[in-house]
Amino acid sequence: MDNTSILSTRFYGGQKRVALRNCGIIDPENIDEYIAVDGYQALAKVLTQMTPQQVVDEITKSGLRGRGGGGFPTGRKWQFAMGGEPGTQKYVVCNADEGDPGAFMDRSVLEGDPHSVIEAMAIAGYAIGASEGYIYVRAEYPVAIKRLELAIKSAREYGFLGKNIFGSGFNFDIQLRLGAGAFVCGEETALLTSIEGKRGEPRPRPPYPAVKGLFGCPTIINNVETLACVAQIINKGADWFASMGTEKSKGTKVFALGGKITNTGLIEVPMGTTLREVIYDIGGGIPGGKQFKAAQTGGPSGGCIPKEHLDAPIDYENLSAIGCIMGSGGMIVMDEDNCMVDIAKFFLGFTVDESCGKCTPCRVGTKRMLEMLDKITSGNGEMEDLKRLEELANYVKSCSLCGLGQTAPNPVLSTLRFFRDEYIAHIVEKRCPAGVCKDLLRFTIDRDKCIGCGMCSKVCPSNAIYVTDYTAPGRRKPSYAIDPEKCIKCGACRDTCKFGAIEKK
Amino acid sequence: MEKSAATEMVNIKINGREYAVPSGITILEAARIAGIEIPTLCYLKDINEIGACRICLVEVKGSRSMCAACVYPVSEGMEVFTNTPRVRAARKMNLELLLSIHKKNCLSCIRNTSCELQTLCNEYGVDDEYFSGENREYQLDESTPFIVRDNNKCILCRRCTAACSNLQEIGVIGAEDRGFDTHIGSPFEMKLAETSCVGCGQCVVACPVGALYEKDDTQRVLDAIDDPNKYVVISAAPSVRATIGECFGYPPGTDVEGKMVAAMKRLGFDGVYNLNFAADLTIMEEGTELLHRLENGGKLPLITSCSPGWIKYCEHYFPEFVDNLSTCKSPQQMFGAVIKTYFAEKNGIAPEDIFVVSCIPCTAKKFEIGRDGQSAAGVPDVDAAITTRELARMIKSAGINFRELPDEEFDEPFGIGSGAGAIFGATGGVMEAALRTVAEILLGEKLEKLDFYDVRGTDGIKRATYKIGDRTIRVAAASGTANAKRLLRAIESGEESYEFVEIMCCPGGCVNGGGQPTQPASVRNKLDLPALRASVLYKADSEMDLRRSHENSAVKRVYDEYFGEPGSHRAHEVLHTFYVKRGIY
Repeated sequence: MDNTSILSTRFYGGQKRVALRNCGIIDPENIDEYIAVDGYQALAKVLTQMTPQQVVDEITKSGLRGRGGGGFPTGRKWQFAMGGEPGTQKYVVCNADEGDPGAFMDRSVLEGDPHSVIEAMAIAGYAIGASEGYIYVRAEYPVAIKRLELAIKSAREYGFLGKNIFGSGFNFDIQLRLGAGAFVCGEETALLTSIEGKRGEPRPRPPYPAVKGLFGCPTIINNVETLACVAQIINKGADWFASMGTEKSKGTKVFALGGKITNTGLIEVPMGTTLREVIYDIGGGIPGGKQFKAAQTGGPSGGCIPKEHLDAPIDYENLSAIGCIMGSGGMIVMDEDNCMVDIAKFFLGFTVDESCGKCTPCRVGTKRMLEMLDKITSGNGEMEDLKRLEELANYVKSCSLCGLGQTAPNPVLSTLRFFRDEYIAHIVEKRCPAGVCKDLLRFTIDRDKCIGCGMCSKVCPSNAIYVTDYTAPGRRKPSYAIDPEKCIKCGACRDTCKFGAIEKK
Repeated sequence: MEKSAATEMVNIKINGREYAVPSGITILEAARIAGIEIPTLCYLKDINEIGACRICLVEVKGSRSMCAACVYPVSEGMEVFTNTPRVRAARKMNLELLLSIHKKNCLSCIRNTSCELQTLCNEYGVDDEYFSGENREYQLDESTPFIVRDNNKCILCRRCTAACSNLQEIGVIGAEDRGFDTHIGSPFEMKLAETSCVGCGQCVVACPVGALYEKDDTQRVLDAIDDPNKYVVISAAPSVRATIGECFGYPPGTDVEGKMVAAMKRLGFDGVYNLNFAADLTIMEEGTELLHRLENGGKLPLITSCSPGWIKYCEHYFPEFVDNLSTCKSPQQMFGAVIKTYFAEKNGIAPEDIFVVSCIPCTAKKFEIGRDGQSAAGVPDVDAAITTRELARMIKSAGINFRELPDEEFDEPFGIGSGAGAIFGATGGVMEAALRTVAEILLGEKLEKLDFYDVRGTDGIKRATYKIGDRTIRVAAASGTANAKRLLRAIESGEESYEFVEIMCCPGGCVNGGGQPTQPASVRNKLDLPALRASVLYKADSEMDLRRSHENSAVKRVYDEYFGEPGSHRAHEVLHTFYVKRGIY
């Protein structure tokens, strides 16, 4: 197989595939193909040559951190769940409830390389002394579910799951649990509550799941992408993994690149790659010659990175310093045509819909924030609202029960920090600088450019365009005008006019 | 020297002061030790520790976000701040957000001045319009005869669902929908009446605001009083005198029987009677039934039937035990039945012209009065069952200064109640009362000691074995449906067996009934309300000469003049009833 040509493209050239190493390379429905690329070697190695503590130490040394958003050191998490009375019931849970809009990193791994997750869970089970694992995957991923089921079945048949794996005396098996479409179930305690068969709502921490998790037993919960790195760390060594990335953020990260960018799709880059490299080298820049405005990372829980931080190396620390988060890896690129207030409203609208409703700040606070944003984007905002919005956003952030509520205000706080002027334009000038917020838009016809062809009035769905009695000098027909009362701001007239006579303001 | 295993202590700082507190307790409990009250709304000790309302947030040094004191455990070296500008601002904002979803018709709200949200809003000086916005409008759920739910006032603290699911282990209510649309209701938006709710009202007394309240029957009572053609009588259940004082500023555990009677008389009832009389009557019938079943190989264990919430629970969840239930009506229904038969005949009043009111600690009694088999005279035995809270409201709205009232006595002929009747209001009380009578009948002599301590106290399930003559009687008393469930399962599986079982629907018995005065969580979490209130009843019993139901002269007279013997045909017609097997939902 000749990969040189594809790897030398700009899109692949800057990438380093660790979590996605097998995706698209092997047949995910055939366990032999996984074995052919060293699959289950790591499990064999830990069961036959390593003590649980050595496994945890290796993971700790690699510097692997949770890829689901929090960035908690994986080795430390495993360490917490070790110990206790021998025979204590413990669980390994894989969080595959990927819910960020536009993010499909975990899905790709589950669909393309399901065994890497199963192998890693068995390794984790050995490390902490758990004999049972659950994969909580959203029901909206039917292909991933099918392949996971098949992979678990094959792994059992090959003796990689079940009793006495590799003759080591270690038992481990995995069950699937399907999520029912609640974003909040990606939050670890809500996920556990949901596996227990209850309404998927988070519960207070401490106690942390490593101490008291699923059914009250010590539990570790790792995200799909995190687990996808584990077998390779065991096979190639912690130093190999730690050689990639920055001082505190090791390895690679998968991003789902989307929005106003030429090459969209999944990319995997070493930690520390700059946003500029991602957007302009791998992503191929912004289409249509437009100007980059910001990149939103971390989905609805994240924030935006403005132009001035284009050269910041992407890692947990740098993103956090600019009020952003790595999140699960959604990256949406925005150009000058995106209104940042509107973007904040979009993401907040998502979290309002997805709030579980348990705690007051998230249930009521995010809704009131959204109403304030609505007020601002509809041209009814006052400067007082901005103050109130910021006050409430900070309150919801520091007072909510779980990660969903604590991060829900991030899109608002982040845009307020970097694009405050856009908010002020909406409030004071009653103007949307990017021309997105409909209530603030006005379509007008430049009567001197209008040749009176009437095309605009024909396409207008609300009969808002009428003939005036003014004929511009040198024209034969009178010009048209738009009745702002009737105009629904659909933009059809502007798209139709061949003479650039219709302006959007 | 031997050292006792002392609790492990940790050193923490609260607001800069150092304290040594037991490890494992929460910040809330530690603060209480330090004399600092942290406000709570959702927290109910042991049954609702969910950290949801976020009103108890405090700052903990080193923690980025604020911590919910009600669930956050203390640890060595922890530094807590309970009164910083940030904490105060957060609490204020929290209240303002709650007010933005809360229907603020406080002046006409049933919980005005006893509302926990109102109290906090007062303390924190909130602006109730600060976060006004869109709101959902909910229809009242008035489907049951006992409880009204007004979700427009609900602040989603989940105390009611915790009472239903964790305390009573029934679980007919829970959170529906999600996010801003979250509301409390029954599965598939069923009305409460369509569910297997037993009507215990523990949700009502758990509610911090006016989102849950009893269906008010006071107007019907007032109308009857005002109707010149109606002869209106009221009787007060044993536990009401131990609790109604709380509505008038007395501390929990104050006996106000005399003032309660005086107040009822001033409300204009034609007769003010003691339901303890009917409790004694119940013992006569139930004791006889027990003896009969013991001697004739009847269905055992015999299970008491005084608690209508328990009856409904049994019918829904343990229909296989319906035949174990005593066929005796509850004291409330016996009282109504006696009034509308014996009393009516004796005084030449048509039963339909009598309006029987009972004041009870119970919401389920409002359901009981409408049951089939509860109309001895062809009309309902009881016309209105009002809770302790409703009676207190009637007294207040009549302008009666309760605290200034003299102590007065119940009217004859149903004013006499024994100490055995008095303790009906506490878990184990019916059992003890019955044992006193049954033992003396079996032995044919007077007991020297009338106190059956094994069945007293607020433990969920109490078990005892008594040797009476040559007979061994194994008994158990359970209170709260969760405990009832455990006891019945043990009986079902053959693990335990008994001759006589008492079950009360509410934990602790009627003193902790769903119709009792509401107490804020701050009081509930600190005091053992059921025990405090029950102490009133046991004290009254211990101070009485008349402590045996079968010695109650009023009861004797009713048998002499009307029923003949306990368990007679006429007694069965008037004082006994039947049950139905219901399913779940």
